[in-house]
Amino acid sequence: MIARTASAGSLESSDCLVTVTPSESFELDYAGANKKLFLKRTEGVARQVLAEYSVENARLHIQDQGALEATLRARIETALERAMENLGS
Amino acid sequence: MTRFAKNSLGRMVPAEVPGVGPFDPYSGPFQRINSVHGIVGASVRLRTVDRHGSKIAASLEQAIKNSGLENGMTISFHHHLRNGDAVMPMALETLKNMGYKNLTFAPSSIPDAHDCVADYIKCGLIGRLYTSGVRGRLGGLISSGEAGIPVVIRSHGGRARAIEEGQIEIDVAFLAAPTCDKLGNISGSSGPSACGSLGYAITDATYAKHVIAITDNLVDYPVARNISIPQYRVDQVVSVNSLGDPKKIATGAARITRNPVDLKIAHDTFRLMKVSGIIAPGFSFQMGVGGASLAVSVYLEEYMKKKGIVGSFGLGGISGHMSRMLEEGLFRALFDVQSFDAVVTESVSGNQNHVEIDSSWYANPFNAGCIVHNLDCVILAALDVDVNFNVNVLIGNDGVLRGASGGHCDTAAGAALSIVVLPSFRGGVCSIKDSVSNVTTPGETVDAIVTERGILINPLRQDLLALARGAGLPVVDIGDLKSRVEKLTGVPEQQERAGGEVVAVVEYRDGTLIDAVYRPER
Repeated sequence: MIARTASAGSLESSDCLVTVTPSESFELDYAGANKKLFLKRTEGVARQVLAEYSVENARLHIQDQGALEATLRARIETALERAMENLGS
Repeated sequence: MTRFAKNSLGRMVPAEVPGVGPFDPYSGPFQRINSVHGIVGASVRLRTVDRHGSKIAASLEQAIKNSGLENGMTISFHHHLRNGDAVMPMALETLKNMGYKNLTFAPSSIPDAHDCVADYIKCGLIGRLYTSGVRGRLGGLISSGEAGIPVVIRSHGGRARAIEEGQIEIDVAFLAAPTCDKLGNISGSSGPSACGSLGYAITDATYAKHVIAITDNLVDYPVARNISIPQYRVDQVVSVNSLGDPKKIATGAARITRNPVDLKIAHDTFRLMKVSGIIAPGFSFQMGVGGASLAVSVYLEEYMKKKGIVGSFGLGGISGHMSRMLEEGLFRALFDVQSFDAVVTESVSGNQNHVEIDSSWYANPFNAGCIVHNLDCVILAALDVDVNFNVNVLIGNDGVLRGASGGHCDTAAGAALSIVVLPSFRGGVCSIKDSVSNVTTPGETVDAIVTERGILINPLRQDLLALARGAGLPVVDIGDLKSRVEKLTGVPEQQERAGGEVVAVVEYRDGTLIDAVYRPER
């Protein structure tokens, strides 16, 4: 379950900043210079990572500064783990 | 409705550009050159001035009035002052204030800093644009289709050809004159705004119907040394406070890169040059000032010194590094159409073997011998390339114009060995495409592409391929490398272009259309 809003990554060149927010559905907001070139790739990677974490619904905002696919995947995973973390409230 | 034709590279290009005229589609790098012999080109307008008279105009406005410039006519500028140039904005603002409309703006290129050109398009001062490149806000405006004016992009050699053939008829040439006397003898290599060679301006001054020199260094008659443009080509002289920002005109020499990717590319490029056998006594060379190109010259310099090889000439776009190689005796001459930094300016004025050349001498395919046709090797940068070795230097991955044609296609066609250097991916996007968004330089004139992940050799050059393989160089197939890199970056979605709105056309150096620039999907 997505418990809270969490981010991973940075706005450095060749990185991306991924922000995960609780949502009722899957939403992807993909921004950056490559948004027209890589929207489908990015949606594919995002859905795949979410499935691996058994998360169906989440809102992802991704600011892509020219990240490679492996970087994108790693940032989404880390953001998800942070958003799902049990803080022991 | 615009008719389109498919050129020999399979690119759809308009048969006519409204307000400019008809164009033939590109049909090969030397097709038209071979059929041009005997054609009569542009004429030069004769004029006389009073004996013992004065050419000094009281102001730029007065000089423009005297020139007879009318709405719809063509004005030219040159870009040797780089980002320090204040002459283009000064003249355009004056013309706007004088109420001019619908002028054809035909500079040799537009410095990156001159976003203001976009405003002069919007206000109707500029009604047609002929240039080598557009960037920044201007590139955005033109790409958006909102400029609403015809745009023709030409190479440096192509522009010289268009002027000499009569397609660009310059009514008034505005020359930034770093040193000038009262009768209009101009030198580019001295004065507070010294910039070195005035190569592009020489061609303009030769063919323009009227020439206005603008100087911030009016000296006693005569300018004796290093006259770039002689008085008999200049109609009026205007003295102003400043031609621009000296810090941005006289930039320091570019540093050699420390980027490991660029250095790897440079080293493999040098190795390819070496195994090709081209680095021999009498060797001639041109390179850019991009990270990897400049680094190639460091390896080259070391090797030529060690082997005692003396080259014949360096050409270009001259950088400080090339001036040093001339000084060291590694080349017998430099032919300089445009100097890149302050070191070069000193070399132009101080070294007799540093020769200032005009743009026709540099790269015009339609004369009795331009220097690029004698060139052994050129190192060229690129934005991206495709599997057919076509090169794009104009359009970014976002579909927006952000580059300049420059001497790219001229030198690629002329040089015996043309090498394009580029990283295998940039900004997260693979640099090798199925088809480039825009062909500036046709693949049939590119011999090799060097990336940090391998050397790609054009199948047209089986001889070079055999030499490179024999020497154990890291040669890879262009399609294989593309797949490998796309495993890292992902495969980009194909961008639609056919049937879209044409926002600019790209001429090949011979005047045929090699491609059109389409408005990117919003």
